Order: sequence, then C-alpha cells, then structure tokens
Amino acid sequence: MIQISNLHKSYVMGHNSLHVLKGLELDIEEGEFVSIMGSSGSGKSTLLNILGILDDYDLGTYYLGGKLIQGLNETKAAITRNEMIGFIFQSFNLISFKNAMENVALPLYYQKVSRKKRNQIALEYLDRLGLKEWAHHLPSEMSGGQKQRVAIARALISQPQIILADEPTGALDSTTSFEVMDILKEINDQGKTVIIVTHEHDIAAMTKKIIRLKDGVIEEVIKNGDLQLFKDRVRTE
Amino acid sequence: MFDVDVWQEIFSTIKKNKLRTFLTGFSVAWGIFMLMILLGSGNGLQNGVTQQFSNNSINIMWLWTGDTSIPFEGMKEGRTIKFNNADYDYLKDKGENLENVSSRYYLPGTIMYTYKNEYGSFETSSCHPALLGMEKVNVISGRFINDLDMSDFRKVIVIGDNIKKALFKEEDPIGKYVKLNSVPFKVIGVTFDKDRRNERTSYIPVTTAQRIFNGADRVHTFAVTTKMVKTVEEAEAITDKVREGLAKRHKFDPTDKKAMGSFNMLAQYIRTMKIFQAIKLFVWIIGIGTLIAGIVGVSNIMLILVKERTREIGIRKALGATPSSVIGLVLLESILITTVAGYLGLMVGVGIMEAINYGLEQSLAAGGGDRMFFLNPTVDFTTAITSMVILIVSGALAGYLPARKAANVKPIEALRDEN
Repeated sequence: MIQISNLHKSYVMGHNSLHVLKGLELDIEEGEFVSIMGSSGSGKSTLLNILGILDDYDLGTYYLGGKLIQGLNETKAAITRNEMIGFIFQSFNLISFKNAMENVALPLYYQKVSRKKRNQIALEYLDRLGLKEWAHHLPSEMSGGQKQRVAIARALISQPQIILADEPTGALDSTTSFEVMDILKEINDQGKTVIIVTHEHDIAAMTKKIIRLKDGVIEEVIKNGDLQLFKDRVRTE
Repeated sequence: MFDVDVWQEIFSTIKKNKLRTFLTGFSVAWGIFMLMILLGSGNGLQNGVTQQFSNNSINIMWLWTGDTSIPFEGMKEGRTIKFNNADYDYLKDKGENLENVSSRYYLPGTIMYTYKNEYGSFETSSCHPALLGMEKVNVISGRFINDLDMSDFRKVIVIGDNIKKALFKEEDPIGKYVKLNSVPFKVIGVTFDKDRRNERTSYIPVTTAQRIFNGADRVHTFAVTTKMVKTVEEAEAITDKVREGLAKRHKFDPTDKKAMGSFNMLAQYIRTMKIFQAIKLFVWIIGIGTLIAGIVGVSNIMLILVKERTREIGIRKALGATPSSVIGLVLLESILITTVAGYLGLMVGVGIMEAINYGLEQSLAAGGGDRMFFLNPTVDFTTAITSMVILIVSGALAGYLPARKAANVKPIEALRDEN
C-alpha cells in the first residue's frame, strides 16, 4: 500500500536548512494497523504530512497504492487526498458552523455528489458510529468523543484506502481514547489500512505494528509478535 | 464553479456567519448609499442652477434707460436718456457682436382686454419677431409675430394661455378679435409658459404698439442676444462696446449705469457655471473618496475573513478542496455580499433622492417657490449602475488576493494554527 524509499525532507528557515527526514525507508502493507512514534523533532509529523500528501518531499520516492506521489500540483494533490486518504486529527477539525451530518458529507461535496445523496450517505456513516441522533447538532454541542467519532465518519465517507490519524486520542480522556481506538481497530478489521501518529505508548500498543522514528530515520519497527515485549518495556520505562 | 451546490455551500456559510456578512455588506451598502446621495445632490444643484437660466437664451442682454448720474461734456447730470427706433437700426447693424435685437415700447396706462362679455387687464409686451427665440416664448397654437405684421403695422396679438382661459374659456381664440381698450386686435397665437412666468402676458408688434398707443419712435428697452463667447471677459467686452456705442449716440458717460442699465446674461451664466464646475469636481472627489473607503472596507473585511477562515480552508483542503474551489468559495461569497448589499444601498440612496424629488415637485406644483435652486436631485441610471459595477469589481479584486492567499495556505500550517 505504501512504499517509501530514501525519503528526504528539509525545511528552509531563513539561512538555515533543517534536515528532518534523512533517507527514510518504509513499507506498509494493505490492511495494516500501524502507529508511528517518536519524540518531538523526530520527523513524525513531517512524515505524516508527506503520507497525507499535505506536503511535498525533496528526494526519494513515495508510492501510494502503486501510484507515485511526486511533484503533484495542488489540484491533483487535492483530488488524490480526497480519493485515497481519510484524515483524523487531534483537534477534530470539524467546521464549526456545519452540523455533524454536513461535516461528514463534506468530502463527498468535493467529489460532486449531490447534496441529497451525500447527506444520506453521511447519515448512514453517523448511524454506524452511533451518532444518528446527533446528526443535526453543531460540533460545539458535542463532547470530545462524539466529535472525534464525527471526524472518523468524515474520514471514512469517501471510502479511502488509508486512514491517517494524527494523535487521534490526544484531546480525549482515557475511556474515550479506548473507545476511539476500538473504532479504529474495527475499521482496520474491515480491511482498511490505518496509520496513527501518537506519542502515547498504551495507544501505540493497541496497534499491530509500531514504527519508532528518531532523527529522521526509522529507529525500530516492532511487529505484532513483539508487542508484548514492547508493552513490558513500556512498563519499565 | 457556478453549479447549484456551490451556491448552497455559500448560502449555508453566509447563514451561519450573519455578523460577518452584515459587516461586509454594510460597508458596501453605506459606500454606495453615500455616493448616491452625494451625486444626487450634485445633480440637484446643477439642475437647479441650469433651471435659473432656462427661461431665456443664455446669451441674452437687456438694455434700459434712466436719468444720467454723471455730468458729461458740459451737460449736467439728471438728463433723461430715451431709446428710439434709430437705436434699433444701430444695434441691428452692430455686426458680429450681436445676433438678434428686439425693442420694446411700454404701453401707457392700464390696458383693458375685452372679448364679448369677458374682460380683464393684462401685461402687454411689444416686441420684434426675434423675441420668440430670445426669451424662449412657447407658442402652443397659432403663430408668433412675423415681419409682415411689423411692416404692415398689423393689429395682431399673441396671448398667454391664462389670458385665453380668462377671456375665451373653451373657445378657440385664433382668428377672433380681442379689444385692447377699444382697439380690436386679431389673435394669432397662444403661448404657454411652464414656469408660469409669462402666463398673463401677451405680445404685439412693437411698430403697431408705437402707432396705436402714441409712441412715435420711442423705445423703452432692448433685448439683444450677443455672440456666444467662452469667457466672462469676452462677454463683458461686448457689453462695454454696446454701452460705448449707445453712450456716444445719446451723449452720456459709458460708465453711467443710471443713464443706461444693462444686464448681460452670458457673463452671469459663465460665472455661475464656473462655480458650479468647482462644486461638481468637489462632489466627484468626495464621491470617489467614499467609493475607495467602501472598497478598502471590503478588502479589510475580506482579509479578516480569510484569516478567520484559515483553519476551515485548511480542513477543506485536507478533505480534497482544490485551490480553485477555495478561491471560488471566498470570492463568490464576497461578490454575492457586495452585489446584494450594493444593490440595497443603491436602492435606498436612489429612493431617498427620488422621495426628495417627489417632495420638491409637489411643492412646485402647489405653487410654492417657482424658482428652486435644487431641482430633480436624482442620479441617472448609468451612473448608478457604473458605480455599483466598479464597487463590485473592486471588491472582488480586493478580495482576490486574500482568496489566493487562502488557496495557497498549506493545510498543515492551517491545521497547526490551533489553540
């Protein structure tokens, strides 16, 4: 699903250039449930942005679903994002003046689906996430967990191949966090590739593969079988 | 970019952001409203001023005589100066400076008009045929005095509409005879003055007047039209020349205003128009200033609007909004707001000016003040639409840069713009 090789990215800040990703190699298969970890400055946000085609990279290759993602113009990037990627953010990023249903339906608006049809589909997705009664509420009237579920519905509605979640539980209490993780797991069980960026070990431990970044390269990949070991290690850390 | 969905999206955004919409709209509406009031007032003033001159040819000049007040060539002051028919011939031959001449002999005493059992006294103006164009006499039926009437000393009369109504009622007066004192005059025409200035005046040939009313060759006043000149100085030079000529003939000091009075309309007209042009320029400067203020207001609010919507735009882009759809969203929204608000401001402004106009016309019709300095204070359609189009286009242009800025926002940065 995702093949990244020799990925370089640096940010120019005035006269200084900050080399963030230094020849990163990464393979993620279809249907994987991966978490990307790393301390701040390790390059995990940068990687996520590149994965989400929100940012370009300097060197290397990035294949998403067999398609080379390189030097796309804004319009093509937008279309690719819309078709292939569902985003979930830490701060939910719902549009405040749109109700839950309209928020969920938004990606379909950019696919030129008619208003009636996309609202109907949005209702189905909200129903699936147990939020049907909240369809006509504004984000400000909902709890954090509900907002994140709306955001998840919005990420799913365009039936993307991968779900990218940036600290999806960062703004939630632990009970709600686990609920959200359960939903993501369910989505993964249905065959979708889910990638989350987190710095919380217990959240990362709920995924099937952990990629630890350090200084712009992958320091360690902990696979399914080793997760128990990882959990033990986390406890002792 | 123009499908129904886009508009639905825009309408839902507008509906959810009423204050922002109101503020943007208000600055536009206010700008165009002020512009309309200003231009309307300017036009009203112009029309009012122009109206002052509309009763006569703008190049008309009147001459009249009195007693000398300055001793001249050994003669004491206090001499009475009198025009005569020779002066008419003199003025008529004056060449390039003067175009038309009409002399007037004042009929002595009160002239009683009689037709059958109806009678009344009215003003009788004796003149040459040329007066028709000079004082803008409006003949609504029949004809005005002609050269044959003059040379044959015909007893013909052109009566004002009100005289006709008073004497003839519904009867057609043309060809009928009305008695002036006891002398029958044949009615040849009826005049109508929309300003009702001359409604009770009738016109007879000056030659006839002199013969019938014992005038000999006496002339009381002259009305002449001068050459059309561009400057006050040129106009006054003509006045001076005419004064000098007549002063020489009647032996008085040309600067003696008491001996001979003169009023040159053209000099007055040029002077007034100069003042008015300055006022008009002033109105336009203020108007353009107001327009610019409106545009600046729009672009300011657009900038705030885009800043405020950076996150929303970032979200939209992350979800697959293309740059053009972002530009379209911001731009179309602002164009919609400026158009609707501009239209409202335009309507209210024009409406107020029309209401004032209606009020003025009502008071005019009621006979209150027939000489207004403020008349028809309305803005013509083209000016209104043009200024509105300018406002919308400028608003859109001013909004375009922020919109582009919005489209270029990197979603990452927009979304990071949190807390």
